[in-house]
Amino acid sequence: MESIDQELDESELELPAEPMTLNMGPSHPAMHGTIRMVLKLDGETVRACDVQPGYLHRAQEKMGERGTWQQFFPYTDRLNYCSPMLNNVGYALAVEKLLGITVPRRAQILRVIHGELARIADHLTCNGAMAMELGAFTPFLWYLKAREWIWEIIETQTGARMTHAYGRIGGMAAPDTEDFGDMCLTVLPRIHSVVAEGESLLLKNRIFLDRTQGVGVLTKKRAVSAGASGPVLRSTGVDYDVRKDQPYLTYNEVDFDVPVGEDGDNFDRFMCRMEEIRQSARIIEQSVALLKKIDPRSPDNEVNVKNPRVILPPKEEVYNTIEGTINHFKLIMEGIQVPAGEVYQYTEGGNGELGFLVVSRGGGNPWRIRVRAPSFYSLGAVSGMIVGGMIADIVPTFGSINMIGGECDR
Amino acid sequence: MAAGTIVIKKPRRTAADQSYVVELVKGLGVTFKHLFKGLNQMRPGGQRPDVTKMNYDEGVATLEYPEEKRPYARRWRGVHRLTLRPNGDVRCTACLMCSTACPAQCIWIKPAEFPVGHPSRGHERFPEEFVIDELRCIFCGYCVEACPVDAIRMDTGLHMTALDDRGSFVYDKKKLMSQVSQDGDQLTANTRPEPGDASHGGITRLKGH
Repeated sequence: MESIDQELDESELELPAEPMTLNMGPSHPAMHGTIRMVLKLDGETVRACDVQPGYLHRAQEKMGERGTWQQFFPYTDRLNYCSPMLNNVGYALAVEKLLGITVPRRAQILRVIHGELARIADHLTCNGAMAMELGAFTPFLWYLKAREWIWEIIETQTGARMTHAYGRIGGMAAPDTEDFGDMCLTVLPRIHSVVAEGESLLLKNRIFLDRTQGVGVLTKKRAVSAGASGPVLRSTGVDYDVRKDQPYLTYNEVDFDVPVGEDGDNFDRFMCRMEEIRQSARIIEQSVALLKKIDPRSPDNEVNVKNPRVILPPKEEVYNTIEGTINHFKLIMEGIQVPAGEVYQYTEGGNGELGFLVVSRGGGNPWRIRVRAPSFYSLGAVSGMIVGGMIADIVPTFGSINMIGGECDR
Repeated sequence: MAAGTIVIKKPRRTAADQSYVVELVKGLGVTFKHLFKGLNQMRPGGQRPDVTKMNYDEGVATLEYPEEKRPYARRWRGVHRLTLRPNGDVRCTACLMCSTACPAQCIWIKPAEFPVGHPSRGHERFPEEFVIDELRCIFCGYCVEACPVDAIRMDTGLHMTALDDRGSFVYDKKKLMSQVSQDGDQLTANTRPEPGDASHGGITRLKGH
């Protein structure tokens, strides 16, 4: 080996010209989740990119077949763990569709509010992390502070900060507490101010603008062909939002707008999420008002359907009557008896169209639960967004996709 | 574009934005405002408000954990406890509903019959051993929901603390029975009368045969 300090003639110095292969991940500190990218680099420019998901595969769909229908809820919490309530709602709606039941109005509105709170938390996390990847640490901490307020509200309702397991087939695990609506209305203006303050730092910062605008461009055609949905698709200019186009629950009763971008670059994705936070806040405000309008004596005010084949009997009945005890035991041991059939129910999750395909052959266990995870499809478009760009832009571009390992790999 | 959509435009950049320096100073102004607000609260004897109510206030958002604690919500699911009958016995009847409902399979119960002559013999069983592996537990609360006699609760308000070895996380019956709720309560809320009690439905049922 030649010593380093030997005098080299500049004209004889040869630099290797073949592309360099670089493995990013699966446990790279700057990558979201565990994902591996095999890059072909020409200097700092990415020439080819192979995105390899699957490092967080936990066989959740298979594990769902082991238990009863009700026992899948804790697994849904661990799909997109930035917005667990949206997954709870999506799965509950799928099984209810197969059962042919509709939850009472109060439960529907509660599902909307919890889902939108989770969406705000999801977008705050994603945008905060994306700003941090571009060197802006302060907005990240502020957004996580705001997310903390949301988690605290959800904790008082569900009993857990992240792994709520609050949804149930045919309703919710518990009714909302008395001050739920007030807590939401107290927190929303504060979230608005935190979001605006973070934006005031970022959107006047030339480094942030230069590194997001025109970087990681996703064309409309490519986004549609990859099956992307949610903010990733909307940033390219397609105004597809399941809540607007195929309204479920009480989304057709509330007024909100769908933000769309123009270019599909990192900046548009960032701003789409920012605007969605404001729109979600609008939905929550209107939904809290709808909640207060419900007549407390009407059947609409229940959070569970009146169906002893689906919902556990009241505890007093279980303690003191043999009928209640038998009903309770049968529901726990054998599970909810879902008729044979196959349904696909899709909702707007934090990252886009979150679908559940559930197959039943009758009986208390699912035959198959298939999750259409939105970030898995967004991930398909990533390599096209990265190739041709610089290696330093991979991390913010990838961050703006908001790939959640738990949801993508399941 | 259909109605109800907002098209996001790129913001216009002024010369001041492009020069970076002007906005840098403005941005530092915003962050330093927060810094001084926080420092004012942090100084000894400062105006740090009540930690339970300060969450939404401006200033420091973090807790200095072991010294400052935030109470958990009423519904918050902590480590388990086994409720007691008024005479101090365990309320559990070893029906195995909780271990059936548990998605993590972290509950193990060894049921046993009451001795001959005990008023409960023939009516219910009791757990000779009741073990919960708190490391396997996912704190979903299904066991509490599944219990038909209100014997297991998660209202202790305790989270799992760091312990020396894994065995310490496996709670046995004695440990579970010694836990108290957030209100310091240990008794069950189950209103069902005890076997042998005059109001217990099982006696009339036996008489009929």
